[in-house]
Amino acid sequence: MRIGDLVRTFFDGQRMLAVLPELLHGLLVTVEIAGLSLMLGVLLGLVLAVLRVTISRPKNPPLVRMLNLPLVFYVDAFRAIPPLVILVVVYFALPYLGIFLPRFWSAVLVFVLVLTAFAEEIFRAGIESVNPGQMEAARSLGLTFIQTMVYVIVPQAFRFVIPPLTSRLIAIAKDVSLASVIGVSDLLKAAKIDIARSGNYSALTAAAILFTLLFLPFIRLSGLAERRLR
Amino acid sequence: MEQFIHNFFNVDIMWRSRIILLTGLKNTMLLAAVSLILATAFGLFLAVIRSVNLKLVNFLIVVYVDVFRALPTIVLFMVVYYMLPYLGLSLPVFWAAVTALTINGAAYFEEIFRAGIEAVDRGQWEAAHSLGLNFVQTMRHVILPQVIRIVLPPATGNSLELVKTTVLASVISMPDLLYKAQQAAGGIFANSTPLVTAALIFLVMFWPLVRLTGYLERRFGG
Repeated sequence: MRIGDLVRTFFDGQRMLAVLPELLHGLLVTVEIAGLSLMLGVLLGLVLAVLRVTISRPKNPPLVRMLNLPLVFYVDAFRAIPPLVILVVVYFALPYLGIFLPRFWSAVLVFVLVLTAFAEEIFRAGIESVNPGQMEAARSLGLTFIQTMVYVIVPQAFRFVIPPLTSRLIAIAKDVSLASVIGVSDLLKAAKIDIARSGNYSALTAAAILFTLLFLPFIRLSGLAERRLR
Repeated sequence: MEQFIHNFFNVDIMWRSRIILLTGLKNTMLLAAVSLILATAFGLFLAVIRSVNLKLVNFLIVVYVDVFRALPTIVLFMVVYYMLPYLGLSLPVFWAAVTALTINGAAYFEEIFRAGIEAVDRGQWEAAHSLGLNFVQTMRHVILPQVIRIVLPPATGNSLELVKTTVLASVISMPDLLYKAQQAAGGIFANSTPLVTAALIFLVMFWPLVRLTGYLERRFGG
């Protein structure tokens, strides 16, 4: 049995304390990427959902409704391809397109693209769940289509949207740790650097604990929200 | 633009990398199939145990489910990969990946099956009990057949998430499709086309699942 080795290699308290400042610095980067991506992704997802619903109104001629096809393809592709694959491809592809982004912003770009696709689907489903009578009533009161969307439909859609959106936001925030693969100096990267330097895995354990502490409250909250809204 | 096409949509390199990519694809599919079966089975097992309502056992299950839903999967892959040898388990990298995917996937499947079991009317339990069925019989013949219909949309969605997560195996150098594509793109051809090809293969493979999940959610409610 190598329990002694295990404890020394993975649970060295002194090693953990020694790297804690670096890990916390990495944690800050993780939180920054996650915060930016979540805000932009939710916003863009909502805009795209309203756009898609607007384009696909039955009164529009079929040619106009075709405009949704590229949108549908984008949304489906970014929900089908694993985020790590998108991250790696975008990271290698951008320079050839003449775009030179720092790794941090490449990561933000990818997570915004992925979240926007998921958020669009969630918001669209929410909008479609609102009783059509609401649209008819608002329009007969003289509100324009866009006014009805902003003041009547979207606020009601939020009730349907919150459970699936919360779990998707948590999933994307967790995926931010993938950014370490393209060299972003996030929490996981900080742990990897210390492993390479010291040959000791305690930094990985510490990172795992920090990640769990960061996301556990949100996991609990999302369960609570789901039960409330059911 | 020409350089971009040469580097990302190079048909010649796409063709020459086919054997490497297909080897990776085979491993990805094998990993996805084995992990999906084990994660579903383990998740269902935990949900059934939880419905027995033993306080201490349920507390442990909740801790397990919450911790592994909070921990990013890539971290779990690394911990499993590096830690298993110290626990006296020298697993081939394929089984390390299966272990990580099963631990992670089962946490989500447990939540889905538990919600499904709770959604079945209490009266069903009482009726089955009064007919003389014991717990296992009730679960097997009365509750679970009804649960399957309820959990179909979220379970399909979670299966999609699980098979997408198999690409993390490349991080612990299991030769899956992404790993093989990176190999081909890096050392072998020094060209990004194999990566783009891999992305397209993933798209073709998973798109039907994305559509199926959406369809089931609309049909049976999310």
